[in-house]
Amino acid sequence: MSQPKSNKKPAIFFVAKEREPLFSKKNRALLKDPLDDNNPITVQVLGICSALAITVQLKPAVVMTLSVIAVMAASNVIVSILRNAIPNRIRIIVQLVVVASMVILVDQVLRAYAYDVSKQLSIFIGLIITNCIVMGRLEAFALGNGVWKSFLDGVGNAAGYGFMLIAVAFFRELLGSGKLYGYQVIPDALYEMGYENNGLMLLSPMALITLGLIIWAQRARNRKLIEKN
Amino acid sequence: MNRDSNGYTFGFAAAMVLVVASVLAFTASSLKDLQAENVRKEKMQNILSTIGIETDREGAEKLFNTYIVEQLALRNDGSVDEAVDAFSDIKLALEIKKDANDQRFPLYVANVDAATYYIIPLRGAGLWNAIWGYIALNEDKNSIKGVVFDHQGETAGLGAEITQQWFMNRFIDEKIFNTSGELVGISVSKTNNDPNDTDKDDHEVDAISGATITGDGVSDMIIERLQHYLPYLKANHLAYNN
Repeated sequence: MSQPKSNKKPAIFFVAKEREPLFSKKNRALLKDPLDDNNPITVQVLGICSALAITVQLKPAVVMTLSVIAVMAASNVIVSILRNAIPNRIRIIVQLVVVASMVILVDQVLRAYAYDVSKQLSIFIGLIITNCIVMGRLEAFALGNGVWKSFLDGVGNAAGYGFMLIAVAFFRELLGSGKLYGYQVIPDALYEMGYENNGLMLLSPMALITLGLIIWAQRARNRKLIEKN
Repeated sequence: MNRDSNGYTFGFAAAMVLVVASVLAFTASSLKDLQAENVRKEKMQNILSTIGIETDREGAEKLFNTYIVEQLALRNDGSVDEAVDAFSDIKLALEIKKDANDQRFPLYVANVDAATYYIIPLRGAGLWNAIWGYIALNEDKNSIKGVVFDHQGETAGLGAEITQQWFMNRFIDEKIFNTSGELVGISVSKTNNDPNDTDKDDHEVDAISGATITGDGVSDMIIERLQHYLPYLKANHLAYNN
């Protein structure tokens, strides 16, 4: 068997050159970029399916956000630790296994400690596995970067995803049910004057339209995101 | 080490599987008790909700013990099997696979403000997976006090709508016996021409569009389960109030 062309990268996990501060400018960018300039939902248009499905109310959106942050941070860290050990040919399978186990852990914990929420999220927790953002970050970032950076990248992207989720859920719950986080915020007096909740907001198409409006607003403010063609 | 060799790849995969399996197995077994407790309380919560008592999960146990005065495990002939605890010994999912004569049929008798209710657990098949629920009968053992449904994997927005309050409310006051005293159950019907379910003597409720098979599953499970309680319901005086 012939050795593959030697790329003499030493298999050391942490290379101690000049030490980069934990929150250097570059590292902060890893956290910050996905919130705006490189938002997974509004800019990369990933993870749309769950953004439609669980944004009827704020509460599940918040729990989904926290779950995705946990799953992404943990799986990014694990894949990053293993990045020099994972056999190239089965790396996608390894990533899938890591994500799937994280998701099952989250599911089990929710079922034990937040049963109602876990019932509400039901299949969507399982569907975190298929959330393109998770696999995308593992493949694109964690496989090639250090542990701390990967952690930040995971948290950042999940937060960027969650931020949009919560923004959409905010409008849908407010206009669709007149509530926020389950509490009524639109006063009864307004209903007596003839105001009605917009039932359409509760249906999936309005999630897409809300998202479209958010994308519009974001690009109006942040002009470098506008595609030139 | 050559990371691209077959040996390494197989070795890595095997080690990964072992590690992941043990971590998951450990978590699952250490959280099992907490999860089972949640399921138990939810069951109490569901049973209570059929007789119009809403409670959060924490308060369920206390209210359950207050209002549920009897928990019976019936045989197919209507007699009571004292050896079986209706609430915790009978797992309906397993029970309904047995021969009817070997099954025990749980029945909860509730007493709320001097009114008696009979609560019967239901279980059947929806479109994708199991559906289940509880049906509470009024003192006449004919008209319905309330129902609650739940499901394993019905389609969100369609079949899963059976768990919505507006659907479950349609069953209230419907009758399970017809005027000649035959058990007919309640059908989830697409043709009952009564969208607001104002007719409470037609033994039908309005179906959900797009959820035909789940709806049929609900009808089937009601009649299938209720028929086993017939001896009990008939034995203790039956009023056909029509």
